[in-house]
Amino acid sequence: MTRLLLAEFRDQRGFNEAARRMNGSYGHVVEAFTPFPVETLPGMPDPPRSRIRPAMFAGGMIMAALAYGLEYYSAVVNYPYNSGGRPLNAWPTFMLVPFATGILLAAVCGFAVFLFETGLPQLSNPLFGVEGFDGASQDRFVLAVEPEERQDSRAATADLLRSCGAISVREVDR
Amino acid sequence: MTMATITDASAVAEPQRWLLPEARSLEAVNEIVCAPLLDRSRWSWRAWWIGFCVSLLATGGFLVAVFLVLYRGIGIWGVNTTVVWGVAIANYVWWIGIGNAGTLISSMLLLMRQRWRASTNRFAEAMTLFAATIAGIFPIIHLGRPMYFYWLTPYPNTMHVWPQWRSALIWDFWAILSYILFSILFWYVGLIPDLATMRDRARTKLARSIYGAFALGWCGSARQWHAYEILHLALACLGVPLVVSLHSVVGMDFAASLMPGWQETIFPPYFVVGAMYSGFAMVVCLAALVRWGFRMEGLITIAHFDVMAKVMLAASIVMGISYGTEWFNAWYGGERADRSLLAFEFTGSYAPMFWALLLCNVVIPQAFWFGDVRRSIVGVFIIAIIINIGMWLERILIIWNTLSHDYMPSMWRLFLPTIWDWITTFGSLGLFALMYLVFVRLIPVVSMHEVRKLVAEETSS
Repeated sequence: MTRLLLAEFRDQRGFNEAARRMNGSYGHVVEAFTPFPVETLPGMPDPPRSRIRPAMFAGGMIMAALAYGLEYYSAVVNYPYNSGGRPLNAWPTFMLVPFATGILLAAVCGFAVFLFETGLPQLSNPLFGVEGFDGASQDRFVLAVEPEERQDSRAATADLLRSCGAISVREVDR
Repeated sequence: MTMATITDASAVAEPQRWLLPEARSLEAVNEIVCAPLLDRSRWSWRAWWIGFCVSLLATGGFLVAVFLVLYRGIGIWGVNTTVVWGVAIANYVWWIGIGNAGTLISSMLLLMRQRWRASTNRFAEAMTLFAATIAGIFPIIHLGRPMYFYWLTPYPNTMHVWPQWRSALIWDFWAILSYILFSILFWYVGLIPDLATMRDRARTKLARSIYGAFALGWCGSARQWHAYEILHLALACLGVPLVVSLHSVVGMDFAASLMPGWQETIFPPYFVVGAMYSGFAMVVCLAALVRWGFRMEGLITIAHFDVMAKVMLAASIVMGISYGTEWFNAWYGGERADRSLLAFEFTGSYAPMFWALLLCNVVIPQAFWFGDVRRSIVGVFIIAIIINIGMWLERILIIWNTLSHDYMPSMWRLFLPTIWDWITTFGSLGLFALMYLVFVRLIPVVSMHEVRKLVAEETSS
């Protein structure tokens, strides 16, 4: 099992500096935990392309098509009703329902893919048991670093993290 | 001075505006927002309990009024065969207007990168949820046979009858339903990181479990933030057109009719601006109360009131132009009924209310041209209340004027509200206050993670 170093920083500057200096020579940053969204850290792989927006688009369009189909079926096929000679397929007045329900389903699909991509809900996470990790949702910046395989690299990486301002460096299982 | 220099100067001057020094650290923000909820022993909730009891009483009145209207029928109101939409539909339009504003403000300001939204979006969105929920009650109770309201939905039935998709009332149903569900989702997504903060700061096991369950296990990883930002922004992009469509549909309820004063193409945009106007006014009132109640002077600053007053000023001008456009078209169109209605508005039985409406919505908000007024919280609060009253009068008069004075003089009758009209109206305010008080007691009223980001931006510059 791979061991990771979790370094906790009080401020963002040291956190960024540590990520920048890590950059492959000591180890590489595998994840960062922050109290607000930050720019992608140097050395960290770019996040995979999210499917949230395509899913929202697809969900919204499918729902809109279904809603329009229902309107068409009910007003033209199943119960055609001549109301003062108005067209049975009165598409301009049929637009609102597909629009509103399409947006709603787009939002629901986006949320579903968001949960899938973030791995939520995950109420039990081993990281929650690590001392000080709860600061990542409040005012601390936590860097998860995988040290190089060299024998002395674990201690050297921990030293580097401390020199950048890490207030604690803990080893955890990946 | 070149444009670049001006831009640079404003870029330097602009930071530091939205947070006071006591809120310029991450922990300070967490403490200001969480302490009242998690450290109740150090916090006095007396004012909250007083507000809770008063709003509970008003809610009781509302429930009795609703029960009575369901039990005895809409005859307990002042509606008659001419003015068939009385206070209930006016209240619906007023509440849905306020209900529009939270999501509109939050999503529009997010798309326009207005950083000051960080302190206000959470309680504005909560306002949306509660106001839209209350708005949804009125169309149902105003039906002569409210037990059949589910006929609005397309469901398999032995009568083989479908909803009439060409009807604006059906659009209403779908627009409100979609909007409320969408708003809940938008609000909840923005809440997840803050629920994780509450989970990690909670001192009791019960609080940790409840906040933890709703936080879904959020740990603030880069991967989660990346997905969060994409979803939140995409929802904001969808939120704006949905909100605009919703209140346009409410405008269409009137404009799709053949009544003088209603059948106007200006109604949808005019209603949307009116919704933003009254919604902003309500947000200002709530901001002042939240700031006072939770001692959030560091997070909700004078600068916030200043900028919100400017938005209300702009909206009041648009409203004034809209009123003027209506009057001009009534005169210029030359239709007898329209001209007669216009004269009735200015000189008829409801004229004092109409003049009061113009005073509240157009004249008094012009005080916001003065910086001293915009930077006085009491001043902005009072004018915001006046705007809300003015907007309520507008909703009332849109209905009363047209229905009391339509094409057929033999049908002209006035609307005289009964005690149950008033109890329903004030009771709905009580229900709103009750839901809001419960919200502020349980959920962080300010979006902590967004303010933390603001802190980082302001302190780094």
